Amino acid sequence: MSGWRILIRVMAGLALVFLVAPLLVIVPLSFNAEPFFTFTPAMMAMESEGYSLRWYRAILEDGVWRQALVNSLIVGGAATAIATALGTLAAMGLARGNVPMKGAIMGLIISPMITPVIIAAAGMYFFYSDLGLAQTHLGLILAHAALGAPFVVITVTAALTGYDWNLTRAGSSLGADPWTVFFRVTLPLILPGVISGALFAFATSFDEVVTVLFLGGPEQVTVPRKMWSGIREQISPAILAAATLLIAVAMILLIVVEWLRRRGERMKVTPR
Amino acid sequence: MSFRPAPRRIEEYRFDRQPPREAAIPTARQNRNGLLLTLPLLAFIAVFFAAPIGAMLWRSVSNPLPASLMPRTAAALAGWDGATLPGETAFAAAVEDLRALPERQDAARLGAQLNFDYGGLNSLIRKTAREAAKLTPPYAESLPLLDRKWSDQAVWAALAVGTQALTAKNYLAALDMRYGADLGVVAAPEKERLYLMLFGRTAWVAGLVTALCLLLGYPLAYVLATAGPRTAGVLMILLLLPFWTSLLVRTTAWIALLQSQGVVNDLMVWLGLVSEEGRVQMVYNLTGTLVAMTQILMPFMVLPLYSVMKTIPPTYLRAASSMGARPLQGFARVYLPMTMPGVAAGALLVFILAVGYYITPALVGGPGGQLISNLIAYHMQQSLNWGLAAALGTILLGAVIALYLVFNKLAGADRLRFG
Repeated sequence: MSGWRILIRVMAGLALVFLVAPLLVIVPLSFNAEPFFTFTPAMMAMESEGYSLRWYRAILEDGVWRQALVNSLIVGGAATAIATALGTLAAMGLARGNVPMKGAIMGLIISPMITPVIIAAAGMYFFYSDLGLAQTHLGLILAHAALGAPFVVITVTAALTGYDWNLTRAGSSLGADPWTVFFRVTLPLILPGVISGALFAFATSFDEVVTVLFLGGPEQVTVPRKMWSGIREQISPAILAAATLLIAVAMILLIVVEWLRRRGERMKVTPR
Repeated sequence: MSFRPAPRRIEEYRFDRQPPREAAIPTARQNRNGLLLTLPLLAFIAVFFAAPIGAMLWRSVSNPLPASLMPRTAAALAGWDGATLPGETAFAAAVEDLRALPERQDAARLGAQLNFDYGGLNSLIRKTAREAAKLTPPYAESLPLLDRKWSDQAVWAALAVGTQALTAKNYLAALDMRYGADLGVVAAPEKERLYLMLFGRTAWVAGLVTALCLLLGYPLAYVLATAGPRTAGVLMILLLLPFWTSLLVRTTAWIALLQSQGVVNDLMVWLGLVSEEGRVQMVYNLTGTLVAMTQILMPFMVLPLYSVMKTIPPTYLRAASSMGARPLQGFARVYLPMTMPGVAAGALLVFILAVGYYITPALVGGPGGQLISNLIAYHMQQSLNWGLAAALGTILLGAVIALYLVFNKLAGADRLRFG
């Protein structure tokens, strides 16, 4: 192996360490028996007194954290449903041929992804207040659905590049109406892409704090909102316990999406 | 060894596009139906996302409250040249407007608005509104007797500017300028200048984060693209785990790591790199913002790079070296140019996301690590100067849209793919 190859591998390794190490470090810290953010001597010596589940107990027994989780699941679930339905429909429309003004349409659809979220949140603050949607779950659901929809459009569009439109024609020629063709032929084939998009949309909502800060009232405290105030006000290892649980959630989402992606690639028709 | 088919045309590898797989050329009806299917999402985004932003941006130029509460003053000052104090008409109009305020709290709302243009107007307006009924003409004499600020030309200039229904004052303020006492545009006093520095800092931080992401991400993407499928799978999981992990979790992790009693400092003390007293403050300042943002945004650099590198056959580099190129030469002349679409896409994406960053600077930035988004939030939530927040937001959004158009030109929106 030449020197260059070794150098490149070392640099790539350092980049990976930089990416992953912070996450790996906070996992053991969340089991700290002391209210500190560092490894205590007892932890370093691997003594069992150095470790405890007290911070996990603290958040699991805290009604505010539990309510935050419920709020996050309600908002995330509903926002994902809206984003997935509208996003899949739009991706189906965009996938075939030359839709007029495709560039402008894509631009508008992508805009929630690239607009600085603070600008969106500030605008929603006034607009949703006028509509009576501020400080309601519905307001947050609509805001998060808009933020998550572009991810659905992108993943479903990618899934549709491997879809053979002759199957749609075959379905129609056998007498099925467009909805039946979609639900019986197209959807089962692109389902991995649709589910990936839905998971992206859910993760977007589950991690979103800026619109919650602007639109949410005391009734709309979500998990990220609780994390935010925890970091700002009294930063204790309880935050690390919550963070560790969220890393586990991320791990599950990641594994499901990767599995779906590989499955989707296998299902693609090989070109030519 | 996996078998790679020989390339047909170099363009195929440059653009990483799937070959079209249309059953037939779409008909006009199919195109129209396609457009119909996108309409529900377009309408949804237009109403619940774009319209709120548009309405907010409108606030950067519109100033309805003072204009509606002081219509006579606005009219009287419309033709004023700002060279000397305005005449009795303007004084009388101001008194009449303040007498006619429909509600008691209107004076407070009006004063709070006008105070953004000229500090001290809030108390002056409220005091004058309270006493307006007792004032007698000629008001050009009785008003300065009530408060001598009324003989200050700057107050009248602030009223002339502040009562306009449509105004450029917020954009001037966002660029560290203002209307002077003679209604000319002047630079803000040195110690009040803030925003040009902040725009500069934001661009600088975003540029530095982009450069760091590229520096760290390029080798990683290369190894990812050239590794065997099994290794690449594991590396991909390691790359995507932080990508899927909550932003707040990653920010928390950096606080735990970088704070002065944190893991990195402990490690450095233990290694003897710094003394117990000399612990380095790495968080709640610009360093913290830079480190955390680089880690958070790096996947957005690696993924586009990877998707381009994946399409470059290793035979090209072998061909270069077989013709006598040194490794570095082969890289610089053959490999690097072919990865440029990925570099451009990744760099623009990271830069676009970085200039609008809010959460990480707010949590780990401290006073020295705040970016323009944090000031927008400050004016939205604390100072309540919504016009200025809107002007700053419009400038930021304009920059982001311009960058996106470049991105779209270079890479195409369909290049935004994850996982």
